[in-house]
Amino acid sequence: MRRLTLIAVPYLWLIALFLIPFAIVLKISLSDVALARPPYMPQLDITGGWVAIREFFAALDFENFWFLTTDDLYWKAYLSSLQIALLSTVLTLLVGYPIAYAMARAAPEWRPTLLMLVILPFWTSFLIRVYAWMGILSNEGLLNQFLLWLGVISEPLTILNTNTAVYIGIVYTYLPFMILPIYSALERMDDSLLEAAEDLGCSRLSAFWLVTIPLSKNGIIAGCFLVFIPTIGEFVIPSLLGGSETLMIGKVLWEEFFSNRDWPVASAVAVILLLILVIPIILFQRNEQKQREAEG
Amino acid sequence: MKRFSWFNATALTLGFAFLYIPMIILVVYSFNASKLVTVWAGFSTQWYGELIRNEEFLNAAWVTIKVAVISSTIATVLGTMGAYVLVRAGRFSGRTLFSGMIYAPLVMPEVITGLSLLLLFIGIGLDRGVLTIVLAHTTFSMCYVSVVVSSRLTTFDQSLEEAALDLGCSPFEAFRLVTLPIIAPAVISGWLLAFTLSLDDLVIASFTTGPSATTLPIKIFSAVRLGVSPEINALSTIMIGIVTVGVITASLVTKQAAVRQAREERMADRPA
Amino acid sequence: MTQCAFAPWNDPEEKPLIQFRNVSKRFGDFTAIDDLTQDIFEKEFFALLGPSGCGKTTMMRMLAGFDAPTEGQILIAGQDMARVPPNKRAVNMMFQSYALFPHLTVWDNIAFGLKREGKDSETINARVDEMLRLTRLAKFAKRKPHQISGGQRQRVALARSLAKAPKLLLLDEPLGALDKKLRQDTQFELMDIQEKTGTTFVIVTHDQEEAMTVASRVAVMDEGRIVQVATPDQIYEAPNSVYVADFIGDVNIISGRAKTQGDKVAVLWAEAQPDILGTTSKSFSDGQEIHFAIRPEKVGISPDEPADAQNKIQGKVLDIAYLGNISTYHVELPTGHIIKAQTANTRRIARRQITWEDPVWLSWTDTAGVLLER
Repeated sequence: MRRLTLIAVPYLWLIALFLIPFAIVLKISLSDVALARPPYMPQLDITGGWVAIREFFAALDFENFWFLTTDDLYWKAYLSSLQIALLSTVLTLLVGYPIAYAMARAAPEWRPTLLMLVILPFWTSFLIRVYAWMGILSNEGLLNQFLLWLGVISEPLTILNTNTAVYIGIVYTYLPFMILPIYSALERMDDSLLEAAEDLGCSRLSAFWLVTIPLSKNGIIAGCFLVFIPTIGEFVIPSLLGGSETLMIGKVLWEEFFSNRDWPVASAVAVILLLILVIPIILFQRNEQKQREAEG
Repeated sequence: MKRFSWFNATALTLGFAFLYIPMIILVVYSFNASKLVTVWAGFSTQWYGELIRNEEFLNAAWVTIKVAVISSTIATVLGTMGAYVLVRAGRFSGRTLFSGMIYAPLVMPEVITGLSLLLLFIGIGLDRGVLTIVLAHTTFSMCYVSVVVSSRLTTFDQSLEEAALDLGCSPFEAFRLVTLPIIAPAVISGWLLAFTLSLDDLVIASFTTGPSATTLPIKIFSAVRLGVSPEINALSTIMIGIVTVGVITASLVTKQAAVRQAREERMADRPA
Repeated sequence: MTQCAFAPWNDPEEKPLIQFRNVSKRFGDFTAIDDLTQDIFEKEFFALLGPSGCGKTTMMRMLAGFDAPTEGQILIAGQDMARVPPNKRAVNMMFQSYALFPHLTVWDNIAFGLKREGKDSETINARVDEMLRLTRLAKFAKRKPHQISGGQRQRVALARSLAKAPKLLLLDEPLGALDKKLRQDTQFELMDIQEKTGTTFVIVTHDQEEAMTVASRVAVMDEGRIVQVATPDQIYEAPNSVYVADFIGDVNIISGRAKTQGDKVAVLWAEAQPDILGTTSKSFSDGQEIHFAIRPEKVGISPDEPADAQNKIQGKVLDIAYLGNISTYHVELPTGHIIKAQTANTRRIARRQITWEDPVWLSWTDTAGVLLER
């Protein structure tokens, strides 16, 4: 009895506020836009009995999904989201790995402090961290002032409101997600493994390549997914740092909903986005599971 | 350092410079006298003064804190229950669906979560405002709490609970007197995580709120869309300050506790 | 010990405290306990002994109420325990990990069960103090579990489980986490406390020495069944199977065919070797498979042929293990069998006469070993 209550309370909460809302999105994505409140049809009227229900289902169709394929805005947005996510994941890895590596090699008494320094930005508001770059990257911003003062450039560079700014923003905000799993993989690594590799004739570099990298593989994979998955649906970064040419699907969905008030199309965009995400999410879960099993 | 190298030192210096310089600049320029954020015109605290006089920001801050406290508290209760179900309830029909629903919101894009909850609230005719934001925040942050608490519960020695039952506790007493005090640190960090997530959230709040309730991130977002403003810098500095003090205090406290525990354990093994 | 006087299991009038009646426990496809019936009597110190996975822990957890039998009944003091939850049983358990509550002091740990009974604070204080005295922990009352040593933690766990004066105390590998020296001291302490409190103890262990030391009766378990239940000396001297003989202590096993010779049974085990003669109360038919088991310390070893031994075999010393108080000789027979013989080192090492490669004679009386069917 007690066990049943324990299960039922969080279960029902999640069904009501996670599963059902998603079913509604799915349903509305199959409806048509209408000049009404709410702005879509058909509306399900259960009081109408079986006939109404049958009519309701008959009125659902894939028209919105068809629409998404005809207007190249959408598939360009999906592709560009994927591309931005992929490239920024690689960039984050390139920036994050050396930091994680250096942290794991640091003296043990320093590690908790370094770890805290990586986690600290994570607790700081995401919005504020993105905002911080607006003042740096703008035309009159500090980066341009600095470069002009150095004499590297004679005209201010346009960085804010371009894809470059978006990449910088993503790398900056998601860096802790990349560093932490790699660090925890590297930190567990036994130093004597490297000594053994060198003893067996490896150079420092080949020991790194043949021992360190494979042993931190799981951390790298986890870190990449932790950056890649949320980046695809990112909204704040492209809308604050990106420009008009920055196409990301999170931003498109937002505008479709708030500006165009086309709920059915917004819902269809969401459904496709989720379908795209399912693959990396499953791969990520698999990797986590494998790691748990390996750790016994 | 075991293998001190210039490479490691450089990586750490550049890495932390990258992580911290933007925030330091933000803080420094909040004390700028000029309205132009990018031109330094001397030290001033005028923007803090303006911030305090800005009713709209104060109202938004109040709404945000109210939402965060309520939603993180409910999320902690529900999330702890969820963690218990995940780790302890054994097999029951629908377990896979349950764990799916716990993990899915963690990777779900915020725009989708926000959109779907909004459509639900409209569908059932719930007026959008503080209540709907609380419901939305509770739902996604309870999943984070579940993950934090369940990772603590999996390493929890179950014989402690059995010992409590053995000594005459009812299952609920065993939880209250033994399990909860021991997993309290995880529950507290779950609460803090839920609180921060709620405090930070822009997207889901934007979808689920109505005209009656504006949260601080919504306010900040609409302000910074128009460009950089020194008032926002001042506000950011306050928020960064609170988080920094909080995180440093927490890590000092846990470090001290660990050191004390280690010392006492060493003492214990000496013959009395 | 009270072994001669205390033997309620031989008294048909005595009512058992615990009765397992045809109990089976299955986890999915795995059978942990297989149709087990066993009585345990009041004031007994009953040991469940066996390798890991033999079902001994499952038996204990069913007594405590953490697991329910799939089939059969468990009765405690005549009452069926099927519907009684752990917190309503007059049974307490001392956990292998001790399961001391890390957030409570030693005092609060011991008082925990008493407080749940809703006793007044005076009674609780008195009882906790009594337990602290019994386990010599009075000095540590205010400490937390991580502030005391392993041996002290073990005593706190014991005190906590005894505080409610249970009818039955279950001990799950109670000494497993202690080092050898401490373990031996603690064994005697446990026996002492058991005698003082008059509580029935059921102990689970995989350490045969521990079981033999503390228990009034030992149940040797294998794959969910009890193979033999007997007093420690009977288990050692008269095992009922090769499994028990092999599990308890060191043993030589020689297998062959039985042949009755008057009131004795001969074991035909190798050609061109004298048969082994043994006495037994069991009857064997001629040609039946038979196993002869003999403990190394019951095998005599000498450089010269002994004059009047019922059994004697010649062999060659392969190895000598010098253990200080005793030496074990590994003697290879012409058949390839290796027999272990043990002698007490009553003389200094320089005076001993047998060394590697020496031809020696092994000998024993016809009552020294046991004859087993399986």
